[in-house]
Amino acid sequence: MSDIPANLIPIPATQAAPSQRVRSYWGSVWNRLRYDYVTLFCLALIILIVLSAVFAPWLAPMDPDKSSMANRLRPIFHPKYFLGTDEQGRDLLSRMLYGGRVSLLMGIMPVVLATTIGGLFGVVAGYYGGKVNMVIMRTMDVFFAFPSVLLAVAISGSLGGGITNQMLTLTVVLIPPLCRVAETATSQVRTMDFVDAARASGASTASIISTHVLINILSPVLVYASTLVSVSIILASGLSFLGLGVSPPTADWGLMLSTLRQSIYVEPLVTAVPGVAILITSIAFNLVSDGLRQAMDVKA
Amino acid sequence: MWLYALRRLVLTLPILFGVTVICFALVQIAPGDPIQNLLSPTASQEDADRLRAAYGLDQPLPIQYFIWIAKVLRGDLGMSIANNAPVATEVFRAFGNTITIALISVALAFVLSMILGVIAAYRSGSIVDKLITAVAVFGISVPTFWLGVVLVIVFAVNMFWLPATGMGASGSETFNYFNWEDFKFAIMPIIALALPPLGIMTRTTRASLAEILNQDFVQTLRAKGLSETAVMFHAVRNIMPQAVAMLGLQLGYLIGGSVLVETVFTWPGTGFLLNKAILTRDIPLLQGTILVLATVFVLINLVVDLAQSVIDPRIKRA
Repeated sequence: MSDIPANLIPIPATQAAPSQRVRSYWGSVWNRLRYDYVTLFCLALIILIVLSAVFAPWLAPMDPDKSSMANRLRPIFHPKYFLGTDEQGRDLLSRMLYGGRVSLLMGIMPVVLATTIGGLFGVVAGYYGGKVNMVIMRTMDVFFAFPSVLLAVAISGSLGGGITNQMLTLTVVLIPPLCRVAETATSQVRTMDFVDAARASGASTASIISTHVLINILSPVLVYASTLVSVSIILASGLSFLGLGVSPPTADWGLMLSTLRQSIYVEPLVTAVPGVAILITSIAFNLVSDGLRQAMDVKA
Repeated sequence: MWLYALRRLVLTLPILFGVTVICFALVQIAPGDPIQNLLSPTASQEDADRLRAAYGLDQPLPIQYFIWIAKVLRGDLGMSIANNAPVATEVFRAFGNTITIALISVALAFVLSMILGVIAAYRSGSIVDKLITAVAVFGISVPTFWLGVVLVIVFAVNMFWLPATGMGASGSETFNYFNWEDFKFAIMPIIALALPPLGIMTRTTRASLAEILNQDFVQTLRAKGLSETAVMFHAVRNIMPQAVAMLGLQLGYLIGGSVLVETVFTWPGTGFLLNKAILTRDIPLLQGTILVLATVFVLINLVVDLAQSVIDPRIKRA
């Protein structure tokens, strides 16, 4: 029937040797990450910390809020309390697990919110340029006039404590730097030929932004946002340390550090525990974002 | 030079205006009636009405802002609720304590970061480089208030070497930095403050030096037979403008961000004042302190920009 011999039909590209397959961008990012053991280790650590916070109700050996006056300030590695007890006799391990929920939430949620809001403003400022850019970016400049800790203390101190206020404060603090990064990346992409080509072929502004701009600014913005997670965790625990976070019975690493500080002469090692958790989490996020930066080949 | 300085100065004014607007807004975003935030809780209704009229709080917001800013420009930052003293007096008394340890910390961090950064960049990829990078990552990631607590545990609780908190028996009025017994109280706050800027500056020094060392002129210098020390000297000179910019920025961060460290060590500076304002919900004190610190931060940035243009003439033309 067919006059072309079967063996002359060219081999489809899908059957080419795997090593010669053209990798997608994310494929090549993963390929670089795969051999970066430090980043992988930190990523695993973060997953572990997140899981232990999520499953705290099942993992915690005791009720984190149940105090016991007879068992106050037990030392670390006590047979009954692995990490000792706090100044009210509450099991520290259980409180650490539960406390991770608030602390991780405060590290991640403000960054997600600020990336969305700041990114939106940055893209609009970068894409439209001119007056729009001036109004948005000069407003952001005012926020850069405050050191981040000071801005956080100012807003949080006025609003008062509580989880919602803390999240609101951190989001406001993180919006300006993210907006600036998104704006810089967008204004670079905007002048590229393929954007002109898209516009010339009749694409609407909305579709140019969603199909051409967003995908191209994604890696610098994501890498930058990932560096802010550790900043957000430290800022949040600092605010809690100052009494501007969750209200006392709730466990939170920053607040625990603050209340345990009074017992520093009685049980110094127990006092240091919450801070170690903050430090490890913060180092892990910092190293992962370093690894991502290298894998995605984003300039600092 | 003067034209650049003038232009830079004019550009600072709108930023300062924005800073005052944000500080003004702090009283507005505080929950409750602003007058209740300004008054002591025991004040009567008549007092509240009198104060409302006196502060012009029955006026629209823009008018209120101008009434407030006119007072600020005359040096009146309002009255602290907690001890009914002028905020301006309190802030300026505390400011000296903050700036002194901030300056010592940032100088210490700068010198150390230069040394570590040069070694790490020169021995790029070696064990020493990795160790220095680890120290830098630690410095960037460590929560300063926890570091403060650990320092207290090690040096005050366990070893009895250093006093845990405060500014010594003599207090802040007669504190003498050149007296060892007094200076002991400042050591731990200085270390706790210095570590984050040390981490950040070491990283940037290492990164920018590594970039410079890859440039062609470095090879030329080596080819014409300069010693390694002389080559490094050339490279370091090239990163000086960035390093100075970093130094100024970090000094500003320390002055503005010392609230946690000062709280841990009950060091009577502006950060401790902020902590007091938060605990007692003393909004005028909070507002006044923030306004002064943010203004100082803006001015430091201005000075840094001008200093940079002196060091690196290329900036003026940009």
